[in-house]
Amino acid sequence: MLNKSRSFYLIPYLAWIVLFVIAPILLVAYYSLFNVEGSFTFDNYVKFFTPVYMRMTLSSFWYAFLITAISLLVAYPTAYLLTRTKHKQLWLLLIILPSWINLLLKAYAFIGLFGTYGLTNSVLEAIGIGKQQILFTDFSFIFVSVYIFIPFMILPIFNALEEMNPSLVYAARDLGASAWMTFRRVIFPLTISGVKAGCMAVFIPALSLFMITRLIAGNRVITLGTAIEQHFLVTQDWGMGSTIAVFLILAMAAMMLVTGNRKRGAADARKK
Amino acid sequence: MKQLVRMFAVVMIVSLGLMYFISYLNSSAGYSGDNTLTIYNWGDYVDPELLTRFEEETGIKVIYQTFDSNEAMMTKIEQGGTTFDVSIPSEYAISKMKEEDLLIKLDHSKIPNLKNIDPRFMNLSFDPDNAYSIPYFWGTVGIVYNPELVGDLTFASWNELWDQSLRNQILLLDGAREVMGMGLNSLGYSLNDTEEAHLQEAKAKLQLLTPNVKAIVGDEIKLLLANEEAAVGLVWSGDASEIMGENEKLDYVVPEEGSNLWFDNMVIPKTAKNIEGAHQFINFMLDPEVAAQNTEYVGYSSPNQAAMALLPEEISGDERFYPDEELTSRLEVYDNLGKRMLAHYNELFLEFKMHRK
Repeated sequence: MLNKSRSFYLIPYLAWIVLFVIAPILLVAYYSLFNVEGSFTFDNYVKFFTPVYMRMTLSSFWYAFLITAISLLVAYPTAYLLTRTKHKQLWLLLIILPSWINLLLKAYAFIGLFGTYGLTNSVLEAIGIGKQQILFTDFSFIFVSVYIFIPFMILPIFNALEEMNPSLVYAARDLGASAWMTFRRVIFPLTISGVKAGCMAVFIPALSLFMITRLIAGNRVITLGTAIEQHFLVTQDWGMGSTIAVFLILAMAAMMLVTGNRKRGAADARKK
Repeated sequence: MKQLVRMFAVVMIVSLGLMYFISYLNSSAGYSGDNTLTIYNWGDYVDPELLTRFEEETGIKVIYQTFDSNEAMMTKIEQGGTTFDVSIPSEYAISKMKEEDLLIKLDHSKIPNLKNIDPRFMNLSFDPDNAYSIPYFWGTVGIVYNPELVGDLTFASWNELWDQSLRNQILLLDGAREVMGMGLNSLGYSLNDTEEAHLQEAKAKLQLLTPNVKAIVGDEIKLLLANEEAAVGLVWSGDASEIMGENEKLDYVVPEEGSNLWFDNMVIPKTAKNIEGAHQFINFMLDPEVAAQNTEYVGYSSPNQAAMALLPEEISGDERFYPDEELTSRLEVYDNLGKRMLAHYNELFLEFKMHRK
């Protein structure tokens, strides 16, 4: 009886997963096997391994890596300081607040800020550095992406730090570990799960960014996401777009496997 | 739970009641299917006064809806649901809609004002004999530039874009046909060229332009050029007139090698219920006086010869937006190259975008 009602309650979740997770992935895989004219072919996969798409894949991964690494470098100390402040919830709210604003609006704001006659350049000029091209450069692309993703990095790290038992830190210090050693041997390993969650939450969306590549990077940065958008909206080459999407899904699955394994490793290490 | 169901039921009943009430109001005011006309057009692309005048003259109630891309418009018409009676797609969309059988043939005997249209703009490749579409506005693809910032360049030729002094000064439209077309035109080829060697040559030439290209952007190009973010931009003439309205320093030119000629044409989609009214509307918009007023409001180039005579000289005599016959003879409409070729154009465009400085 209990079992029956339990599986009954499972239905909505199963339906959700089948309809919105499994079916779309299958559809993407299915579409990737057709060319522009709708005939069955593996050409799309062959095309993916041509230099054009390979270079695009490499540069997507490179930018996604940079964005994730910089986000982590900024987010970890921020999260750490947050756990030490008095009004944690207020500060946290202030950090999350910008993510309530539409991405497009924020991108447009940055066009204004970074433009030739924008605020940033006026400041640079006032302090004697002179006008620089900021908009449509790699720098602006990475800066804005980091800005957008940083709340997703801070939150899981913050939670992991909060959950950590502070007496472990005191114990480490008590036993003569230096501040750096405490961080390396105690704090960081104990919060690695938060770091991983944050990296996943940043790396995967960063891999498929597209709107910002046009608005902030002026199409000087082409990611796999941009190519997918183009193939679906402009070329109507759904096959090629789906093929790229298949590889993105594979990359994400690989990411999850890798980080999942490491988690077990960390647990083992702790046991020892 | 019970309360939730009850609330839901109440909402449903109220909305049904309202729907019935509206249809009752409409029919009592004489607005039924034959008496309304749904126009599906780009935003801010008709003088609203003219719609009121059309309603007064014919007694037909106009419902005006807008779209912001040809693709969105086509999807909605394909799905049916709303009875759009008149729509105004661009030429490439028209040839697609024709292929997909989404348009109704026009009855030219019901559109006597068709005689006002300049024969230059009739019977073009995307719609032979204008069987399905009537020109509404037209324009070109060209260069907006700031004369103060480009020295003595005048962009009489596309090749001036490659000038060294323009380093990091050019904004391009994010369109494969437009940018590839520019590359082909600058080499003296047709912008509908499909020969592989020519396309590769154009791509190689475009890659040489990379150091001069600041960015490849979408609609933001209007804002960026008006703010003098860059000295030069590749744009559609319609956008150019808007940009120049914002910033009077700028000028527009169509290089002499030739360029693209684009059209937005009135069509009657398959979803139409009031076909008679749709013809009446198209005929009304072609009336010289109406077309002239509309041109002054919208600011794009009118294909209506008779209306041109009524427009002030500063509009009709503006060679930038009404190029003479000699130049127009060198302008080309985008042919429907087929999906495969279009995909190839996009592929080359993508390679150009990925080319680093």
